Formats: sequence, structure tokens, C-alpha cells
Amino acid sequence: MTIGLPPYAEILRVSVEAEDGAPPVLLMPFADDVLGRPGFLHGGAISGLLEMAAIAALQHALEAEGGGRIKPVNVTVDFMRGGRDKPTRAAGVVTRLGNRVANVEATAWQDEREKPIAAARMNYLIVRD
Amino acid sequence: MAGFDPQWFATRGFGGHGAALGMRYHAHGDDWAELALPYDERLIGDPASGVIASGPIITMMDMATSLAIWIKRNAFVPHATLDLRVDYLRPATPGKTVIGRGECYRITRSIAFVRGQAHDGDPSDPLAHVAGTFMVVGDVAGMGLDRRIEA
Repeated sequence: MTIGLPPYAEILRVSVEAEDGAPPVLLMPFADDVLGRPGFLHGGAISGLLEMAAIAALQHALEAEGGGRIKPVNVTVDFMRGGRDKPTRAAGVVTRLGNRVANVEATAWQDEREKPIAAARMNYLIVRD
Repeated sequence: MAGFDPQWFATRGFGGHGAALGMRYHAHGDDWAELALPYDERLIGDPASGVIASGPIITMMDMATSLAIWIKRNAFVPHATLDLRVDYLRPATPGKTVIGRGECYRITRSIAFVRGQAHDGDPSDPLAHVAGTFMVVGDVAGMGLDRRIEA
């Protein structure tokens, strides 16, 4: 399958790194355009990456059920570590896919996946095609 | 620098990610700040409708609430976002500037509690609501932090 990334993804320079049958892993390189305080990623850029990873995972899960439109309801982001000047990866996990609502979690990491720099929980409304 | 002036801060430009999104200073009061995010096709999250992505709104609310904290402290004390929750009440209207208002309603030596709303013209018809916490970065013991930062 092909994950469609929106124009906003170009500001973050996000690309799909791997989508071998599993929820895709997104990659965001370090750049001035995603900088917050000097030397660190902006929390908003990390949040944007997490949301894209969550939606990509949800699209992946929905595709197996005939697709559907996704409307964001809310997101809660926890920031655990500062994002340093290195590439950041993120992936989502659909914890529950109901008929109308999906619960999705996403994590972002740099060196090791087991040491996330941020994690998010999202609720999405699903409009089935 | 003694105290904190958000307009002076904004004239230096938000730099980095804020600049990439086109974010600007809008207004401020004793414990709040408003930023503006003009509509830009580069921010689109849903190409079919032209609605901007939610990421830029999170970035603006993170910055607006940060400014509110520095205004309330009357000092630029570096901090890190602990958590931020955003409720998306409705999509932003394509073509309209989004205004983000952040408020710091409680502050302690190491933690600041914030909330805020975003709208695109009518504050009584918000498109997003946020709540979050920030933590002072570094050593807060001894209350010498503000002097060190200003020095």
C-alpha cells in the first residue's frame, strides 16, 4: 500500500521509511525548519510527526476493512526526552478499531525505539465508506 | 535582560519551526499571549478540503502557552513541555488566519499549568482547546535560576 503524506509533511521533511506489511515507520531528519530552542526539536514538530504516524497506522488498519475517512477528535502528547540533532522515527499502533471510533498510540524515538523521546494517544472518528 | 517582553521576543523572529510555519505575534496581557498563523497551502493536512494540518496548530499553542508562562514569570526561563492535550472542536476554515491564545493559570517554582484556545476569527467559535504543563529545565534549587538566566 502507499501512504499519502500531506503538504505539511514536506515542511517536516517526513518520509515513509518502512511499510512492509506492518504499520509504517516515518522518518524526520533534523533540520532548521523543525528546530525549537537551540539544539532541540520543537515539540510541535514532534507532535506533527506523531500525528502523521498515528494516521498512517490507522490508514493501514482501515485499508484491510475497506477504508474510511479519518477525523481527529483529540491528542495527548507526553514529552519524555529532548529531541537532539539527529533523525527521529515514529510509528503508530491502533489499540482499538471500532466501527466509529479508533484509539491509536504513537511513539517517536531517536537512537533506540525502547527510549522514546515522546508518545501520544489519539482518538479518531471513523466515517466508513 | 530584566523581565520579559513578548513583542521584543517576537521581533527577533520565532526562528526554527515557528518561522517555517509563518507564525507571528498577535497580542498579549498579564498572563496570556496570542499568536497568529496565516493560512498557507504548505500547511495543508487534507488536500481534498484544503484544511490545514493539526501539527501547526499544536506548534502555535505550544509557543503561545510558553509565552504566557514567560510573561507571568516576567523572565525568560527555559522550560520543556511535559505534556500537551489538544481537543479538535472543528476543522480550521481554509483561507483564514488561525489565532492561538495561550494562558498560564498557575505557576510553581518548577511547573507551569497552561490552557488555551484557537479560533479563526470568532473567539466564541473556537476550533481547538488545549491544556498542558511545562517544567523548568535545569536546577531550580536555591531560587538563583532567574538571576543566572538574566545574567
